[in-house]
Amino acid sequence: MDLDILAVSTLHITIAAAIKVVAFVFLTILPLVALSVWAERRVSAAMQDRVGPNRVGPLGLLQPVADGIKFLLKEDFTPKHVRKGFFWLAPALTMVPSLLTCAVIPFGSSLFGEKMVIADLDVGPLFVFAIASLTVYGIVLAGWASNSKYPFLGGVRSTSQMISYEISLGLSIVPLIMIYGELNLGRIVQDQAVNGWAMLPLWGEGLGKNLLLWIPVTISFVIFTTSMFAETNRLPFDLPECETELVAGYHTEYSSMKFALFFLGEYAAMIIGSGLAVTLFFGGWSLPFGWLAPETGAAAADIPWWHGAIHILTFFAKVIVFILFFIAVRWTLPRFRYDQLMDLGWKVFFELAIINVILTAIILWVIK
Amino acid sequence: MTILFYIFAAIAIFGGIGVVVYKNPVTSAFSMVFSFLGLAALFIQLDAYLVGTLQILVYAGAIMVLFLFIIMLLDVPQEEKRSFPLTAGVGALAVGLGLIVALMIVLKKSGVGEGTLPKLEAASGKGLTDIHKIGELLFSTYWFPIQIVGLLLLVATIGVVVLSRKELR
Repeated sequence: MDLDILAVSTLHITIAAAIKVVAFVFLTILPLVALSVWAERRVSAAMQDRVGPNRVGPLGLLQPVADGIKFLLKEDFTPKHVRKGFFWLAPALTMVPSLLTCAVIPFGSSLFGEKMVIADLDVGPLFVFAIASLTVYGIVLAGWASNSKYPFLGGVRSTSQMISYEISLGLSIVPLIMIYGELNLGRIVQDQAVNGWAMLPLWGEGLGKNLLLWIPVTISFVIFTTSMFAETNRLPFDLPECETELVAGYHTEYSSMKFALFFLGEYAAMIIGSGLAVTLFFGGWSLPFGWLAPETGAAAADIPWWHGAIHILTFFAKVIVFILFFIAVRWTLPRFRYDQLMDLGWKVFFELAIINVILTAIILWVIK
Repeated sequence: MTILFYIFAAIAIFGGIGVVVYKNPVTSAFSMVFSFLGLAALFIQLDAYLVGTLQILVYAGAIMVLFLFIIMLLDVPQEEKRSFPLTAGVGALAVGLGLIVALMIVLKKSGVGEGTLPKLEAASGKGLTDIHKIGELLFSTYWFPIQIVGLLLLVATIGVVVLSRKELR
């Protein structure tokens, strides 16, 4: 890229980035959080043959708004025995990293010549894992700062759980990176748009002309998704806050908006996790069978705006399907025991992920 | 862009000061996390995305979490206030100043400080981004040191496992 052009367009880049942050993070992810809370309650109700919240607004869609107002208006009570500074810091620390990870996820191809990703980094997945690994501070500090037994146990549990599953989460996507030879999420999606999604290599060159690679990719996907459940503290791995053992875990002492921030952080992490899974395994913003797929190396300006709009809608449609999958799993499976959780992480997924890397290397070597 | 540099440099420095100044071990550890984050941001400003990201992933996200975990589990008590010996203060100041002077001399002599360095992509010549460049170097020029370091880590890991097994006689 020419350095002069870079200098001239700095202001333009800054403004475009600001618009993308507002449009993607504040106008899409946060409403999606509210919507997924509503979906969680409605889907769980449907699965348990109940009605669910259907009174506020059409189909109960305004329920999250009512919940938000309730959270804001409730008394923000800070118990006497807590460590004040960290007690205040902890909820923000769970919310902020979740939203920061949005920056590298490509939520569309391009619109009006502008790439639909906030930061087009060459270390996309690594950046997501790096920032996501900071979420643990919020939980561990919440547990410690609360200065009482159950929150502390919840915080300790979550620390060891998140560290354990971070390893298999990171290792699980190594085969994909080996196959694409690329850490830039935008280019990974572009490749999938033309050559078939990682999990559905049915058109184009289909994962380098060989369906054999579909085996390691599937193993990767299973490890990745399961680890994502553990990382976001969702059932069946919600040990840090399991109510039958720990009252409410790390957020027992929290009330009002501080509690809401933990809640929002968890759902935001779930949405970003879905976004990453969709991006890596299901072709991100691309339509199946190469429909409307931009040619590899096409300039952002060459993509018509309505293609871009369809790509954005496709991405969010896939993310919503994935969120529904998250919800369905939560209301289907019972909670794991803590030792089972640790055994699964260290004795099954860790080894499986490493074997998977070697398997991918062997397959790639044979194909070449 | 310069203002961002000063913000992140300030975060890194004040985090570092916090590690030393705070008496509470948890606060100290947490200051260190902030220092690492500031440092990572500085790396990213230098176009070293991989180094910056690894700084967060490994140091801030994994090692410091373990530190914090152990501090909390062992319930390390708050440090007592001690009188600060004057000689130690003078010594620290002298070492710090000496380091700064030495750095300034080196930078002046090498001429690195004059003018802006080329962008990393331009410097590598092939338009490679830093992550590809690092990968290439690791598996071509430096493959032997990498194997040695890997072996060293393996030995250390086995050592830890052996030492932490209680029933071993």
